[in-house]
Amino acid sequence: MYAYLILIPFFSVIILNLPFRTTMKKAAFWACLVLLLAQMCLVVFSAIFPGCSFFDIFKTLFKLDFTADNLSRVLLFSIALILCVTLLVQKSILGDKERIFNFVNMLLIILVGMNGIVMVRDIFSLYVFLEITAVSSFILIGFNQDLDAFEAAFKYIILSVIATALMLSSIAIILLLAGDTSFSAIASTVRLSPHRLLISLAVGIFLCACFIKAGLMPFHGWLPDVYSAAPTSVSVLLAGIATKTVGVYTLIRIVNSVFVLDRSLQHLLLALGAVSMIAGALAALGQRDLKRMLAYSSISQVGYIVLGLGAATPLGLAGAIFHVFNHAVFKSLLFVDSAAVELETGTVQMDKLSGLAKRMPVTGFTSVLASLSCAGIPPLAGFWSKLIIVIALWASGHYAYAMLAVLASLLTLAYLLTMQRKIFFGKLGQDMAEIEEAGPVLMLPALILAVITVGVGLLFPFVSILLKGNLLGG
Amino acid sequence: MSVNIAILLSLLAASLWTVLTRSLLRSAIGLALTSAILTILMIRLDSSLAAVFELSVCTGLISVLFISTISLTHPLTRKEILAHMRERRARFWFLPFLLIALGVILSLLKIKPPIDLPAPEAVKEARNVLWSLRQVDVMGQIIVLLTGVFGVVILFKERVKK
Amino acid sequence: MSNGVLGVLWPFSLFIIMLSVVGLYCVLVTRNLIRALIGLELLFKAVTLLLVTVGYVTYHAALAQALVITLIVIEVVVMTVAVGVVLGIRSYNESLDTRRIRNLKG
Repeated sequence: MYAYLILIPFFSVIILNLPFRTTMKKAAFWACLVLLLAQMCLVVFSAIFPGCSFFDIFKTLFKLDFTADNLSRVLLFSIALILCVTLLVQKSILGDKERIFNFVNMLLIILVGMNGIVMVRDIFSLYVFLEITAVSSFILIGFNQDLDAFEAAFKYIILSVIATALMLSSIAIILLLAGDTSFSAIASTVRLSPHRLLISLAVGIFLCACFIKAGLMPFHGWLPDVYSAAPTSVSVLLAGIATKTVGVYTLIRIVNSVFVLDRSLQHLLLALGAVSMIAGALAALGQRDLKRMLAYSSISQVGYIVLGLGAATPLGLAGAIFHVFNHAVFKSLLFVDSAAVELETGTVQMDKLSGLAKRMPVTGFTSVLASLSCAGIPPLAGFWSKLIIVIALWASGHYAYAMLAVLASLLTLAYLLTMQRKIFFGKLGQDMAEIEEAGPVLMLPALILAVITVGVGLLFPFVSILLKGNLLGG
Repeated sequence: MSVNIAILLSLLAASLWTVLTRSLLRSAIGLALTSAILTILMIRLDSSLAAVFELSVCTGLISVLFISTISLTHPLTRKEILAHMRERRARFWFLPFLLIALGVILSLLKIKPPIDLPAPEAVKEARNVLWSLRQVDVMGQIIVLLTGVFGVVILFKERVKK
Repeated sequence: MSNGVLGVLWPFSLFIIMLSVVGLYCVLVTRNLIRALIGLELLFKAVTLLLVTVGYVTYHAALAQALVITLIVIEVVVMTVAVGVVLGIRSYNESLDTRRIRNLKG
C-alpha cells in the first residue's frame, strides 16, 4: 500500500507534463494540494487501522519493497503537512503561473524523494532517495536565481557530495562484510561479524555523513547560508522537514534498526548533540538577520533530537521523534511568519523592524506561540518533547547532559524573546505605519500550524498513548 | 597483479595531472583520462557492463559538460596567468609529497585482512540483478533523471528568458 | 576463499584512499568553482572503484555493477545541476573565483 505514496506523486509529475500543459498548469496547484492532504489522511488512517492493506495490485506487478512503521508514519505525516505549508507560502509570494507550475513539479519530486527515504529498507536505495531529495533541494534553493542563493547552493552541493561519498564508502565496507545491502542483512552482520574494527569504521563514516547532512555543529557550515539565502518558502521546507528527513531521520533509522548503538557511539552522539545545542543557541543570540537566527536555532534544536537519541532508551527515542514533529511545526511556523514580515516590509534585518505586532496581529501572535513552543514553555507541544528528552537523559544517568538541555532551553527563550521584542513589540517605527497584515493565503498555514502546536500541547495525554506503542515495530 | 598496480599508478598519475595542471581545459581532459583508465580497471575486475556506462557517461557526457562550461568563461590575460601560476604553485606544491608520504605509510602497514567473506551471490548477471532485485533503484534512477530535466529547465531556461 | 582475490583488496584500497585524498585536496584548496567540481568527480571515481573492487573480491560483481550503474546516473545529474549553479554564479560575477564568494559567512 505504501508504494502508492511513491508511485502516485511520480506519475502525477509525468501526467502534469504531458501535452495538455495549459490546462495542467491551472490544475497543478490544486492537484498537489489534494495529493498532500490525501497523504496525511492515508497516514492517519493506516495508523488507526493497522494491518488494513487495500489496493495491493501493484505487489503482483512490481517488487517495490516499501514499508512504514510508526516512526515512518510520523515523518510521512509531517512531510505532507510541511509541503502543504510550503506550497501555500510560495503561492502567496509568487503570482506567476508558469513558475508556480515548475515549483509544484519540484515539490512533487522532493515529496517522492522524502517518502522514499522514510520507507525504504535497503541502505543503497536509501542513498538513491537521499540523492533525489538533495538534488531537488539544490534546484529549489536556486529557484529565484539570486546570487546569494546560488552561492549557498554551491556550498551545499560541495558538502552534500562529500557526505554522499562518505556514505557510499561506508556502504562498500558493509557490502564487503555482509554481501547485501538490505537493512535486515546488515543488522545481522553487524551483530555477528567478528570484524569489529571494520564495522566501527563503517558506522563512523556513515554517522559523519549523517552529521553533515543534518547540519550538526562542527559540520554546520552550509546550513545558515542555505536557510537565509534560499527563497523563504524553500526555507520553510528545508528547515521544517527536508534536512530533518535527510539527516536526522536517517540517523535515527540507522542507529536504531541497522547498526548497534554501543557505548562509544552513544557518547559521541551525546557530546555532538550537546555541542550543537549550546553553540547553536549562543550563535543564534548574536544574529541580526531573522532567517539566519532561525537557522542557528534549527541547529540547536537538532542538538536536542540527537541528545534524545543518545540517551539510548525507548523514552529518549520517543522524545527525539516527538521533537522532530514539534520542530517541524514550530520552525515552519516561524519561517512562515518571517515570510510574512519579508513580504510586507521587504526586509528581515531585525534592527530595521519594530512594533509590527500592532500592524500584523496574526503574524505577531502566531510567532509568539511558536517561540514559546520552541523554548519549551508549558503547555505548548515543544514543552512535552523537551521534557521527555530531559527525563530520558536523567533516567539513563546522564545528569550533566540533562542540566545542559535545561540551560539551552533558557538560551532559546532568551534569543527568541529578543527577536520578539525587536520585531513585534515596542514602538511602531515611523516608516512601518503603512504596513498591513499579509494575505489570507499566507495566514491560513500560520494559523493551522499554531492550532497544531497548541492542540498537541493540550491533548498531550492522548498523544502519549499513541506514542506508547512500539515506535519501531510494525 | 603487477599489471593492476601499473594501471592503478597511471590512474593516480592522471588524477594528479588533473589537479595540478594550470589550464582548466587540460584539467577537464585529465578527468576524462582518469575515467578512461578507471574503465580499463573495471573491465579487469569483471564489471564490463558498469565499465561501458563509465566510459560513455563519465568519460563522454561529463567531459562535454565541463568543457562546454569552461568555453563559456572568459580566458585570462597573460599577466593574470603569470600571477595565477605563481599563486597556484604555492598552494599545490606539497600535494605530490603528501601523496608519496601517504603511500609509503599505507604500504608499510601491510594489512592482509583475513576477512570472512559472505556467500557468493546467486544471480550472476548484472542486468538481472538490476531488473529483478533492485527495481527500487531503477525507479530512483528514472526520478533522478526527471529531477535533472527540471533542474535544466529551472536553472538554464528561465535564466535565458530573463 | 583463495588468498589471491583477497590480496587484491589492500593494494586497491591504498590507491583508492590516495585518489580520494587528491580529490578532497582539490575541493578544499582550489579557488575555481569548476575545479572544485572536478575534485568532486575524482571523489566519485574513488568511490566507484571501491564498489567495483569490493564486488570483485566478494564475488558479488553483479550486485556491485548494479549499484555502480545507479551511482553513475546520479553522478551525472548532480554534476549537471552543479554546473547550472556555477553558471548562475558566473552570470553575476563574470568570474569563477571562489574568493568572490564573500557574501556568506558560514
